[in-house]
Amino acid sequence: MSHETDGGDEVEIPAVDYVSGSGVPIRGNDIDTDQIIPARFMKVVTFDGLGEFAFFDQRFDENDDPKDHPMNEDRFQDSSVMVVNSNFGCGSSREHAPQALMRWGIDALIGESFAEIFAGNCLALGIPTVTADAETIEELQAWVDENPDGEIEIDVEAETVTFGERTVDVTVDDAQRKALVEGVWDTTALMKSNANAVRETAAELPYVEDAAIPEAE
Amino acid sequence: MSEGTLYDKVWDRHKVTTLPTGQDQLFVGLHLIHEVTSPQAFGMLRERDLEVAYPELTHATVDHIVPTADQSRPYEEDAAEEMMAELEANVREAGIEFSDPNSGDQGIVHVIGPEQGLTQPGKTIVCGDSHTSTHGAFGALAFGIGTSQIRDVLATGTVAMEKQKVRKIQVDGELGEGVEAKDVILEIIRRLGTEGGVGYVYEYAGSAIESLGMEGRMSICNMSIEGGARAGYVNPDETTYEWLEETDYFQENPEKFDELKPYWESIASDGDAEYDDVVHIDADDLEPVVTWGTTPGQGIGITEEIPSPEDLPADKQDTARRAQEHMRVEPGETMAGYPVDVAFLGSCTNARLPDLRRAARVVEGREVADDVRAMVVPGSQRVQRAAEEEGLKDVFEAAGFEWRNAGCSMCLGMNEDQLEGDEACASSSNRNFVGRQGSKDGRTVLMNPRMVAAAALEGEVTDVRELPETEVTA
Repeated sequence: MSHETDGGDEVEIPAVDYVSGSGVPIRGNDIDTDQIIPARFMKVVTFDGLGEFAFFDQRFDENDDPKDHPMNEDRFQDSSVMVVNSNFGCGSSREHAPQALMRWGIDALIGESFAEIFAGNCLALGIPTVTADAETIEELQAWVDENPDGEIEIDVEAETVTFGERTVDVTVDDAQRKALVEGVWDTTALMKSNANAVRETAAELPYVEDAAIPEAE
Repeated sequence: MSEGTLYDKVWDRHKVTTLPTGQDQLFVGLHLIHEVTSPQAFGMLRERDLEVAYPELTHATVDHIVPTADQSRPYEEDAAEEMMAELEANVREAGIEFSDPNSGDQGIVHVIGPEQGLTQPGKTIVCGDSHTSTHGAFGALAFGIGTSQIRDVLATGTVAMEKQKVRKIQVDGELGEGVEAKDVILEIIRRLGTEGGVGYVYEYAGSAIESLGMEGRMSICNMSIEGGARAGYVNPDETTYEWLEETDYFQENPEKFDELKPYWESIASDGDAEYDDVVHIDADDLEPVVTWGTTPGQGIGITEEIPSPEDLPADKQDTARRAQEHMRVEPGETMAGYPVDVAFLGSCTNARLPDLRRAARVVEGREVADDVRAMVVPGSQRVQRAAEEEGLKDVFEAAGFEWRNAGCSMCLGMNEDQLEGDEACASSSNRNFVGRQGSKDGRTVLMNPRMVAAAALEGEVTDVRELPETEVTA
């Protein structure tokens, strides 16, 4: 879907109804955003180049030599579907976390559960965060270990994941599914097109001073 | 579905429309920005040829990277200077008010909003920072957002959100001597889990919450996100109004106070409001809580034994084992006696004036243990000035604490204040994640400010209730 915004450039927003690619398993509950991207790599004014710092402290020792970590293994270098456990992405609101994963090559995540702000940040980048029960995730992680080149297919609209010979039901949050499938996950232009209604809402609020409300364009 | 709660009412007043995704488009009453998560959003605006729609409802400060020792410009660290310069250029171009260090009003974003009266009941407040939930202490609906959402808010004055469920956390009874708001929230997270609040907004209520001052309420709402809840709030009451009346905004516009008060009263949860869930906690049972692990949910009372991973729910065992290995603690031990190398008194959770006052009373007339590096980082320049005027700086310095300038500092190690190697830190901050305080082998023990003071003096985690009393003058 594309939007012509008043005063803004047109932005193409692709529908994300289907994602496929090989997987990489990242095991553990409560993996926080400080692990996904340590704060010291956030001293930048753009997101460019964050990919190489994804999970940096898990992947490298104090001499920057690689440690045992799936993202360091040759067989997972082309992976684009990350398979995780529960409460993934908890902690800070830093969009640097999904930005780093995206720039490393991740197009979708499948997990037991995701922290809310993290999932919202993924959606804003068009990255599905698909959930399944613990047993399914464990099986999928094991399958990925045995089939590092194996294709995982995520049908966002039908809420299924296919790997090997199996197709399993998964869950994609309603709003996330609609936003991805209909290509409205980048909400800036969509919301800007409601500028008049926004002004009306603002004018009704007792604490918003008239001078703070912009004139209609 | 909840009905008649503050959350429902504030949501309805700010809802612009329902988007095709089913999300609601919400008007944002206050957008706070800082140097780490906003520059990319301004970059996206420029790419799309868009302008800031509501600059007067936007307010900036610098906190995450700002040095707390030498603040002369240019900052010694190039990256910090670049981020600061970028923020300065962005706010200048957009006409956004900026509480910079020269203003005397700079500080952690969640400390300065309430100080200046920007934070008010019934507002929607967003910031690219997960601890934005802090502002819920005033009965605002406040939550953290990512950078793409910052772009949305800058460009449209609105944010796309899904409505969540409301869980009332009723804390009745009375907090015992030495037990603080921080202990209440650590206990809540411990009981409900770090993901227990996902999909919920938390309403904190009950006599133990109502009897807290605004700072205590802020400490509690601040850590809602550590329990998975993106927002938490306390219904506004006389305590809230007394705070507001003293702030800049209402000192300068006293007529606004009377004008807005009916609105504030109207958005408080109704007596017969319906909640999706209610949890009861008895404040009388609580003791000071400290963490033994690497998530804020891994806490125990100071006299309790560290749990054995096998005794925890199956899905928590693995995390607990790794946490105990990292922290080098054994099941069956208590955290009392755990040696610390650093004591950090600061952060958006616990660096307001009453926090520093209470800690100073513990410290007064005593000395920091040998080999402990202890520092106080006030939450804002105003807190710093007030604390200096009433002599708290002298108390801390006499005991051997470093007294720093305002900023986020060692809470997340984005400036020069960091743990080194495997140092253990008694910290009044909010996250004990591995690597959080700047060293991946660093060990963080979360606790309330008086407990941090006690740990600094004793060189180990200490039950502050057992420290002998000293003459209190501070």
